[in-house]
Amino acid sequence: MAITVPRPKLTWSERLYLPAIAAGMAITLRHLKDMLLGRTRVTMQYPEQKWDAQLPEHYRGAPALVKDEAGRIRCVACQLCEFICPPRAIKIEPGEIPAKDRFSKVEKYPREFDIDMIRCIFCGMCEEVCPEQAIFLRKDYAITGLTRAEMVHNKEKLLEIGGVIHGVVLKWNEKK
Amino acid sequence: MNPTVSFILITLLKIVGIVFLVILPMVSYAVYAERKVSALIQDRLGPNRVGPAGLFQPIADAMKFLLKEDFTPAHVNKLYYWLAPCLAMVPAITTIAVVPFGSTLFGVPMVIADINVGVLFVFAIASLGVYGIVIAGWASNSKYPFLGAVRSSSQMISYELSLGLAVVPIFLLIGNLRLTEVVQYQIDHGWMILPFAGNWKNPVGWLLAVPMWISFGVFAIAVFAETNRLPFDLPEAETELVGGYHTEYSSMKFALFFLGEYAAMITGSAIIVTLFLGGWHFPGVPDGSRGWIFGLINIFVFFAKIAALLFVFMWIRFTLPRFRYDQLMRLGWVFFFEIALVNIFLAAAIIGFVDR
Repeated sequence: MAITVPRPKLTWSERLYLPAIAAGMAITLRHLKDMLLGRTRVTMQYPEQKWDAQLPEHYRGAPALVKDEAGRIRCVACQLCEFICPPRAIKIEPGEIPAKDRFSKVEKYPREFDIDMIRCIFCGMCEEVCPEQAIFLRKDYAITGLTRAEMVHNKEKLLEIGGVIHGVVLKWNEKK
Repeated sequence: MNPTVSFILITLLKIVGIVFLVILPMVSYAVYAERKVSALIQDRLGPNRVGPAGLFQPIADAMKFLLKEDFTPAHVNKLYYWLAPCLAMVPAITTIAVVPFGSTLFGVPMVIADINVGVLFVFAIASLGVYGIVIAGWASNSKYPFLGAVRSSSQMISYELSLGLAVVPIFLLIGNLRLTEVVQYQIDHGWMILPFAGNWKNPVGWLLAVPMWISFGVFAIAVFAETNRLPFDLPEAETELVGGYHTEYSSMKFALFFLGEYAAMITGSAIIVTLFLGGWHFPGVPDGSRGWIFGLINIFVFFAKIAALLFVFMWIRFTLPRFRYDQLMRLGWVFFFEIALVNIFLAAAIIGFVDR
């Protein structure tokens, strides 16, 4: 069934369009004038001004591995983050801690730990799933590179971004 | 020196001076101004990276255009594909030849070719601009450029009528097609739309300004349509036709279309200034025969008026939405054509019945 939409009845001056055009021109001119006089607030000029200081605590930037106070890597290469990662950006190559080592009960350490930042979607699943609190989403957001290989963060790069986080680390505890 | 040789040399000097030192830099800075004005109207900052306030942006753009790959698609008609960008640029610049851009400088009249059919030459050459667009659209062998070209040709032909008719009242009044005479008349009797000079207390002068204002409005709008500027930019409507007639073009060939549009804007403004706004004349400033400094001031005044008109072009572009195609045609054929036609009779009546 056809529905007839009632058209608004335009007055004579509205059908002439000229008042509307003049009003529009006045609006654009006012915006131009306000910009020239510096009355308009403009968006932040990114590379010069950054909003890093205003980033909230829960900001999800680039994922990174962290060390504890003693400078030891927290990761135990359990590979939970590798499994949970939705875009499969994480690749871990575990290494074995030898039996006579003091921390042999930990059994594994990450020999290689790669996060492909082209794939990473900054979802924070890895941080959430990590039982050792070894991987965190830090506040770096400008991840750039000229090649695909450059965009893969290896273990050294991840540790460099991650830095040190203080707090209880279960795995070094002899009794647990 | 042989007078013929010196004439040729002086003319060449004027051509080089006006085209390469004034028009082309003005074209490239018109692009910059367009971006800046649009940004300011839309509460943005616009180009501000290259040089102070982004002033070197046109140079960077030109470098980019020159260094880009000049790609010719395999499916195009090569000859016309290469010809079209030149045809888009050349008429726009050629028109400036008959426009008096200043009084005299060291006794040399500041007009490249002071021919007695000035305004006819302008219309004849400006109409050639449509060939650049039509040939580009046809040679591209692709549907969107073709549609853009078809639209452009019908739009330009439609609005050329009102363009031509709108200037008839001026030549009824002056009785001479020479553009320098038009300027001289306006110096003696006041600008066409602002008859303040001469016997300005005479109400007849102000009565005559009424048809001149109508002419000015119709002519200015027709110039908008002729130069494919918003709100008449149907030939290159991005939202409907991708890029319009220059969809298949890249690199410097695209830039030529782009610059051709701005050159057409500048020449269109130059014609408006010459016909309606007193050309290089500014009240109280004598012409170049009183000293070269006044000659320079006259040239500056002329280009300042053009710049003011260019600002209006940009201001309108970022205010008004694009017309629908049928609205465009209706506006051209039903309104402006009739208004221009009636205006001729109005002007003729005023000129005829009122004793000047």
